[in-house]
Amino acid sequence: MTTNIAERQAQRPVPSAANVTSYGTTRRPGPGSSGWETFSWYFFRVSGVGLVFLALIHVFIMHVSTDVSQTVYDFVAARYANPFWRVYDLLLLTLALFHGLNGVRIVCDDYIRSRGWRLTVQSVLFFIAITFWLMGMLTVITFHKNENLAQTVGALLHTFIR
Amino acid sequence: MYRGQSGQWSWLLHRITGLAILLFLLVHIVDITLLGFGPTIYNDAIAIFSTGIIRLVSTALIAALLYHSFNGIRIILIDFWPSGYKYQQQMFYIVLAASIIGFIPMAFYILAPIFGVCPAGACNTPAM
Repeated sequence: MTTNIAERQAQRPVPSAANVTSYGTTRRPGPGSSGWETFSWYFFRVSGVGLVFLALIHVFIMHVSTDVSQTVYDFVAARYANPFWRVYDLLLLTLALFHGLNGVRIVCDDYIRSRGWRLTVQSVLFFIAITFWLMGMLTVITFHKNENLAQTVGALLHTFIR
Repeated sequence: MYRGQSGQWSWLLHRITGLAILLFLLVHIVDITLLGFGPTIYNDAIAIFSTGIIRLVSTALIAALLYHSFNGIRIILIDFWPSGYKYQQQMFYIVLAASIIGFIPMAFYILAPIFGVCPAGACNTPAM
């Protein structure tokens, strides 16, 4: 066979969305490049460093210095009397959730090749991220000792009806 | 899998532990949301975390968390420390050692209450 180099190069598959990872074809993310994937790359590492401390200290408090069976409602109420722990938990929630779901996105991009399915999966992940983030944020911010959702909704309805 | 070297195992473990931790996080956000429903519902629901079986699951979760944390630091060192890549294998063994060393005392604290021993003061292990 006398195929020359130019011909062989022409036969090479053209990179398309179907045969690349989320890291792209031309350049891996990392120091020196820019764009969404680079932001994701840095976010992984920066949030990761934060999470090493936030998550391990959290686990230590909830499972070692206090037994998990004692981390009941009143224990949480005593902690949340101090805004420091609310901010701590909000930070832990936000970083862990987005670090984790961004990880799932990368894993999915490794196995899902079609553009349509990628978009579908990413939309679902985005929906999960927002839903769970709002659930967590609302709970941590609005927590008020011995005031439950039924009471809150009841009081709210009362003000509207009046 | 690629050639089955330590680099591949560390990568695969990092993925599996990461996905497991995320799965727990989603469950954990749901149970924390019950705080908004008052003490009775919350305390009844989270009592499940003190049972023997969930204590075992929590212990596995902490193993995953320790590995994922230390291996994450290893990945950052490989990325940002110019000669980090040369020591990736040694660092992998340090990660494994650090995970095991951190895991043993934590596992003791979580599992001892199953046998009626309370290293952190008060504890109890309700039946399922």
